[in-house]
Amino acid sequence: MTIKGKAYIAGIYEHPTRHAPDKSTAQLHAEVAKGAIEDAGLSKDDIDGYFCAGDAPGGAWPMVDYLGLNTKKLRHVDSTETGGCSYIIHLGHAAEAIAAGKCSIALITLAGKPRTGVMPPRAAGAEVDFESAYGATTHNAYGMCAMRHMHDYGTTSEQLAWIKVAASHHAQYNPHAMLKDVVTVEDVLNSPMISDPLHRMDCCVVSDGGGALIVTTPEIAKSLKKPLVKLIGHGEAMKGPRGGKDLDLTYSAGVWSGPRAFEEAGITPKDIKYASIYDSFTITVLMQLEDLGFCKKGEGGKFVADGNLISGVGKLPFNTDGGGLCSNHPVNRGGMTKIIEAVRQLRGEAHPKVQVKNCDVAIAHGTGGLLGVRHAASTAILERV
Amino acid sequence: MSEAKKYPAPVTNPETAAFWDSAKQGKFMIKRCTACGEAHYFPRSICPFCYSDKTVWEESSGEGTIYTYSLMRKSPTGPYAIGYVTLKEGPSVQTNFVDCDLEKLKIGQKVKVVFKPTDGAPLPFFTPV
Repeated sequence: MTIKGKAYIAGIYEHPTRHAPDKSTAQLHAEVAKGAIEDAGLSKDDIDGYFCAGDAPGGAWPMVDYLGLNTKKLRHVDSTETGGCSYIIHLGHAAEAIAAGKCSIALITLAGKPRTGVMPPRAAGAEVDFESAYGATTHNAYGMCAMRHMHDYGTTSEQLAWIKVAASHHAQYNPHAMLKDVVTVEDVLNSPMISDPLHRMDCCVVSDGGGALIVTTPEIAKSLKKPLVKLIGHGEAMKGPRGGKDLDLTYSAGVWSGPRAFEEAGITPKDIKYASIYDSFTITVLMQLEDLGFCKKGEGGKFVADGNLISGVGKLPFNTDGGGLCSNHPVNRGGMTKIIEAVRQLRGEAHPKVQVKNCDVAIAHGTGGLLGVRHAASTAILERV
Repeated sequence: MSEAKKYPAPVTNPETAAFWDSAKQGKFMIKRCTACGEAHYFPRSICPFCYSDKTVWEESSGEGTIYTYSLMRKSPTGPYAIGYVTLKEGPSVQTNFVDCDLEKLKIGQKVKVVFKPTDGAPLPFFTPV
């Protein structure tokens, strides 16, 4: 069994807002749902599968009701919660459900207001008494990974800075990006140290907003008007300290989700023309590029340096919307926007200044949770038909 | 600042109560599986490696080396350093480094456990030897 080619992304929508003090979280979900449904050229009453994660107020059943979905038709629901990569996992699960005939038009939504609203607390895990007092945040959890990566492989702050530089080159063309100024390696190194060895400019932005996808069957996608983009490979995986045995924070669960997706797609990293890589921090990108096989473990620093991730300049254009480092990071979750920009590239709808020529195969990859503690990862490989 | 820092009391549960009872006596406990011989942390009843239920409490030396760390430069309670310590007995544990110059922490540095009081059982931290 495979989901290769059995599901198409027929609708995408990224909310233009980055600051939404006058909107509710549920409202943002509705606005992105409406946007994606309209982009596909469908009606809300066509939706028979709904996917959401922990950012959806109250979870799936309150959202289905609030969104006014057609409950006589809705027959598949999935509220898998794996942090920022939830929506990449949802994409794979939607494809599985479509391949199994459990739904035919799936809606996936993400939205929230970390800038202007209250973020719902995450339920405690079994580790709570043994970890919560130590103040793990995103900054220091990823800082711990970067510190060890530098120790083991000689990775430098200058190399990490190139990732932000590349993102900023792309963000200058995105009218919605929060940070549109092109920055230099020196700018990154001169920004304040937040949690060693990560500087402020190694960190992504905090933004309100959201995004949504419509995933459907090949037949329905072909009956619609948008350029065809199909899912050809998908993988998911999880990693944690596992009782503290052989701790190694220099790799992520992408070492497992990536090969699963590439194997299903029947291609290798060399075939990828464009990469959406979750960039919660610069180190996140570097580790994931290694884990996905774009370079050897430990060589990520060399790989990202000297503009190799800049569209039109380097070998692997990445995050051409500016990514989380410069454009947005709705609900502190980067998976949704990674898929959306990959679809734009495959459709030829990216900004002309960053559109990759002959972009026929793209990857969208992300993680959820904390790389330095415990996390999930998911990889989607998409092809233009 | 760090002297004034208040740490939350562990909630504890039936599976881990013995850890916190020992902590009150200044003992840092890990679990070891008598079936496969592996030690682990934080403590579980079922061995996470071989799924045997023959796990027993063992007092750790409390000595280890810094696997990694990160110094958070600002927080409501001042700077603090989170990290992992690889214990002599094998498992790596998440912790904060205390009672030291946080600017001088290094990967590979030798550290030992120290307990800090809470309103309940004391919490384990590590400090350079």
